[in-house]
Amino acid sequence: MTDMASLMEDRAAAKVISDNLRKPVDWDSPKIARNIKKRYAAERRFKSYGLVAICLALLALCTLALSIGSKGYSAFYQTYVQLEVTFDPAVIDPERTGDPDVIGRANFDALIKQALRDRFPDVTSRSDKRDLYGIVSGGASYDLRERVLENPSLIGQTRTIWLISGDDFDMLNKGYIDPTVDEGDRRLNDKEVAWYNELVAAGAVEKQFHTRFFTSGDSREPELAGIWGAAVGSFYTLLVTLALSFPIGVLAAVYLEEFAPKNRFTQIVEVNINNLAAVPSIVFGLLGLEVYLNVMHLPRSAPVVGGLTLALMTLPTIIIASRAAIKAVPPSIRQAALGLGASPVQTVTHHVLPLAMPGILTGTIIGMAQALGETAPLLMIGMVAFIVDIPGGALDPATVLPVQIYLWADSPERAFVEKTSAAIMVLLAFLVLMNGLAVYLRKKFERKW
Amino acid sequence: MKKTLAVAALMSVAFAGAAEARDQIRIVGSSTVFPFATAVAEEFGKTTSFKTPVIESTGSGGGLKLFCAGVGEQHPDITNASRRIKKSEVETCAKNGISEVTEVKVGYDGIVLSNSNEAPQLDLTKEQIFLALAKTVPSKDGQSLVDNFYTTWSEIDPSLPDVKIEVLGPPPTSGTRDAFTELVLEEACDEFPAIAALKDTNKDQHKAVCAGVREDGAYVEAGENDNLIVQKLEANHDALGIFGFSFLDQNGDKLQGSLIGGVAPTFEAISAGDYPVSRSLFFYVKNAHVGTIPGIKEYLAEFTADKAWGDEGYLADRGLIPMDAAEREAVRNAAMNLSPLSM
Repeated sequence: MTDMASLMEDRAAAKVISDNLRKPVDWDSPKIARNIKKRYAAERRFKSYGLVAICLALLALCTLALSIGSKGYSAFYQTYVQLEVTFDPAVIDPERTGDPDVIGRANFDALIKQALRDRFPDVTSRSDKRDLYGIVSGGASYDLRERVLENPSLIGQTRTIWLISGDDFDMLNKGYIDPTVDEGDRRLNDKEVAWYNELVAAGAVEKQFHTRFFTSGDSREPELAGIWGAAVGSFYTLLVTLALSFPIGVLAAVYLEEFAPKNRFTQIVEVNINNLAAVPSIVFGLLGLEVYLNVMHLPRSAPVVGGLTLALMTLPTIIIASRAAIKAVPPSIRQAALGLGASPVQTVTHHVLPLAMPGILTGTIIGMAQALGETAPLLMIGMVAFIVDIPGGALDPATVLPVQIYLWADSPERAFVEKTSAAIMVLLAFLVLMNGLAVYLRKKFERKW
Repeated sequence: MKKTLAVAALMSVAFAGAAEARDQIRIVGSSTVFPFATAVAEEFGKTTSFKTPVIESTGSGGGLKLFCAGVGEQHPDITNASRRIKKSEVETCAKNGISEVTEVKVGYDGIVLSNSNEAPQLDLTKEQIFLALAKTVPSKDGQSLVDNFYTTWSEIDPSLPDVKIEVLGPPPTSGTRDAFTELVLEEACDEFPAIAALKDTNKDQHKAVCAGVREDGAYVEAGENDNLIVQKLEANHDALGIFGFSFLDQNGDKLQGSLIGGVAPTFEAISAGDYPVSRSLFFYVKNAHVGTIPGIKEYLAEFTADKAWGDEGYLADRGLIPMDAAEREAVRNAAMNLSPLSM
């Protein structure tokens, strides 16, 4: 019964359609006009969704950039205090030997302490003196030593010198410590704030560009800590990663795309490469720990091991990108080369690879940028470490930029907050540079057919 | 061709270097001791002719595992710990040929329960903290154990403010969390008869009840980053945070420590042992490496010098609570003589 009814309905519907088909469409009918209006509205709606999505993404990016920028810009400046330092020969070189070794070992700290006592002669008690010495950073004595070693004629003279200030004074000068709150609740007591005000009134406090931030390694003193050690570590790590993953990745892609027979084995390899690209990076860290440290006994914390581990991680990215780039080279190029008598290897090296290179390079640089931002696998192989010395090679202990950010973010000293943000800015700058390079290379070598 | 050469050069450098002896001290271990050990290492590197030691922050347990893996330059020389070495760890060490280990106690660290100083300062007992944070608490009549039902501090004790219980603290992987559980929750739980009774009948359940932290949102695992907790407390005046004393010390203008058992977490109170939630910090030295790896003895001397760990030393500036002079003297002598630990 119901079958009968539905059959009748179908027939009726078919008749309506065939009637409509026979009739010419009236494009001016209100029904069609409504329909068109609806379609335009849907289109506008769809576009506006896209616009809203882009705006949201931009907003998130702006918030990130603003919060990091506003916190971190002050780290590029450092407070300096002007003091009159007497290069007392009795302290530096009592026997007047002029020997750089003797001068190098001299107690330059004592000179600074003397200069501070001379500047504030009414400070007498022991604990007050300790606070007073905090005005100038413990690293200032190294600056003095370098000055004297460079110019030994300073010995015996008195000079007005800008010295790098301690981190608490730096924070006060940058406005991160509020001198109006209760004395017991801030890092600096009333006396220290009074000294600061006196120095400011005398024009003996100023902010200078903080070159040390870009030239020195890590330190527990925020005012002495710099990003250079981590940057060099990142450089060596990426060098090893690139030296390994680029040739291996490109060769694998060329073989799979140009030479490999299509059989079960290459299918398995293909699936595995795609899977490896999605494996969490910490897994590669564990692999690195087991293979490179426990079996091969390579040194811990060394960029070599970090680079080897990250190479494993970036290989799938490079292989996949390279294969796509090789696949995009039109078959006519290969056929023409083969037709003119080139061997398959000549075809690949002379024609396919150069044409695929922009795509391969883009993939490689994106893989490298990924490796630059990675910390998790490095945790396992000991690169999350406090390292002061700038690494001199791929075997010296080193850390990398993102690890440096992590370590500073976890330090209790308040001045490390701005250092953290500044380090993030440096890392982002490197990432933008690398991605910019990828875009440039693609534009420069791009071919159109 | 060039590339092959470059790779070959790199490889040869890699293997030539690996054969070279290590001339740099390697230290692993606790993230709590990390800021102190790094300060000593930096000073040591600057004032001596030795290289600055490399220090990894692996956590106490992870550090001891690496440390006890064997003797030889691929293994670390020193490990930091925010708790004492366990008997099982000493046995692992011995099994791997590390028979002599020197223990050096560094000082104390307080764990504080702190909130924004715009909110009222709390005066809590350990039992009140247990009731606020434990997963299982005694019921109102004290007869049975039920899931934690307290939502505001004033429900626990009318004298406490009528605000929601919200505590930000470290995750279970953290040494600070271990110490907090051990020093506060596990001590307080036996004060409740219903839980103390379990000790005889069901040891496993007793342990679970004493160490279990509630998971219904009142305790927020805020990650290992104590600075993040500090920032969250500034923004949320009702919340409390659990972290090491050095972070309170650095942020005294924004935060205040809650009194525990009537004692405020101050430098003096922790040093005198009056503040109840404090723990000892240690590091362990592999005696077999002294003499092989240059500078270990000098590092010990730097760490145990009064200018470092003394009352006015630079470690005290970073928030380490020093031991008293007599204890320091004893530990220093033991350290300099490399007297092996016996358990």
